[in-house]
Amino acid sequence: MREDLQHAVKLARIELTPEEEARLGSQLGDILKYIDKLNELDVKGVEPTAHAVPLTNVLREDQPGKSLSHEAAMRNAPQTANGLFIVPKIVE
Amino acid sequence: MEYEAVIGLETHVQLRTRTKMWCGCVNEYGAEANTNVCPVCLGLPGVLPVPNAEALRKTALTGMLLNCNVPSYAKWDRKNYFYPDNPKNYQLTQLDFPSTIEGFVEFEFGDGTERVRINRAHLEEDVGKSTHFADHSGVDFNRAGVPLLEIVTEPDLTGADMAYEYLNALKAILEYGGVSDCDMEKGQVRCDVNISVRPIGQTKLGEKIEIKNMNSFSGVRRAATYEIERQIGVLREGGTLIQETRRWDDAVGVTESMRTKEDAHDYRYFPDPDLMPHAPSEEWLAEIRASVMELPLARKQRLIADYHLPASDAEVFVGDAALGDYFEVAAKGAKNPKAVANWVMNNLQAKLTETGGSVADLNFEASAVGELVGLVEGGQISSKIAQDVFVEMFESGKSPTTIVEEKGLSQVSDSGELEAFCNEAIEANPGPAEDFRNGKEAALNFLKGQVMKASRGKANPQMVGELLKKILGS
Repeated sequence: MREDLQHAVKLARIELTPEEEARLGSQLGDILKYIDKLNELDVKGVEPTAHAVPLTNVLREDQPGKSLSHEAAMRNAPQTANGLFIVPKIVE
Repeated sequence: MEYEAVIGLETHVQLRTRTKMWCGCVNEYGAEANTNVCPVCLGLPGVLPVPNAEALRKTALTGMLLNCNVPSYAKWDRKNYFYPDNPKNYQLTQLDFPSTIEGFVEFEFGDGTERVRINRAHLEEDVGKSTHFADHSGVDFNRAGVPLLEIVTEPDLTGADMAYEYLNALKAILEYGGVSDCDMEKGQVRCDVNISVRPIGQTKLGEKIEIKNMNSFSGVRRAATYEIERQIGVLREGGTLIQETRRWDDAVGVTESMRTKEDAHDYRYFPDPDLMPHAPSEEWLAEIRASVMELPLARKQRLIADYHLPASDAEVFVGDAALGDYFEVAAKGAKNPKAVANWVMNNLQAKLTETGGSVADLNFEASAVGELVGLVEGGQISSKIAQDVFVEMFESGKSPTTIVEEKGLSQVSDSGELEAFCNEAIEANPGPAEDFRNGKEAALNFLKGQVMKASRGKANPQMVGELLKKILGS
């Protein structure tokens, strides 16, 4: 359980204090226990579904629409240069 | 112990559409940074993506060209990871219900034809483009959300050269289908290479090593050649290989480790709630199927079989489809299709290069070229006169027969008329005539040239030669 929480924390790129870890850990446990109820159902022969609404083929034709102006697109960026969004150096 | 390589490729290809995958922003290369962007492709909150119908059509067409099935149900999934070029913190892709599955690509390799199975070709979206500076990186999101097709092979490739030829064949197919421009310079084709080695005879696959993000086919060949050697070397020295992702350093010519299985990504895929599944109807599929064209390899084989062309000629007509179509019309009913091919590839090509035009700009029908070659083959005009007629065709657009008639260019094959020309030439040039009588063969060519000149190129050269010999009594 603790391991699962730490894995989720790592994937979400967040940091938790030990208090938060204890509180969220127990909440997460409650949520998972609740979802476990679903296992009581017999779903043999039931097709898995990705959507509750029976809707398909919601498409658009390949026609250009309105884009943002460059200025509007960059407005909320903490830092810009050469028309680019500046981010911490990417290293891999 | 002898080892063999097992290679599978994942090839990412940008589709040729006017707009991006989920929004109406223009899909173009080279625009000013962050000008083809909107709330959808910037991943701003509260937006709703809508799939581009043309991208789905091109995906289905690709599937058909790759002999794949196009299932009646496809859906979209989120692949979750953080990276600055990925604005939504997930990439939309197709995990378990892709748009096309289970096909194959046939291509020429060595002396024969190879077949590589295609596991799937699924639709996803491209990410932004990063530029790296000393202390920071910069991101341009013009590319984010561009429709990207990922074509995944089964591990059927057995060597670096074979992988290279497969990629070339795949590119030719995609270009033929008009699915993608496949411009490598613009990064429209990128490739991940999965390589493992195993002792020959072993069925179990070795540890898979993935080389990420190759952007040239020759690079794939070099990296695969290196990596196969490296892996065999490790095993020969008693070492073990672990599953990992490596990077190819083209300048140094080595691969180096990026990450191992332990820190592999956990993408937590789940169905995208914003996008409804795609359920292609029979009508929709039939319409696309009707636009399926002949594949490059099939075309090459047919040109060789139907027109008895050498492989190199057939390749010219496969490489330039418009020229190939032109040839086929020109060669219709031709007794000697190879002669027609020569005219199309040499004379016509040269003239098109000179004028900077294409076959679509010509003011005469392709059948006129066939007619012209027919006149030469039938002995009505010499091939030298044919050149002049050809130039005239370009200028006036008139048919070769009309030009020959109007200008009186018909080859003279009347022996009486030719004899008169020959006698004149001998009388005017007694020296060379005497030389020939004394056994100097080359003198005949001089006399022949005089006759051709006097007839303004219209004399049948073969008959002239025979007549001269007869008159000079040899």
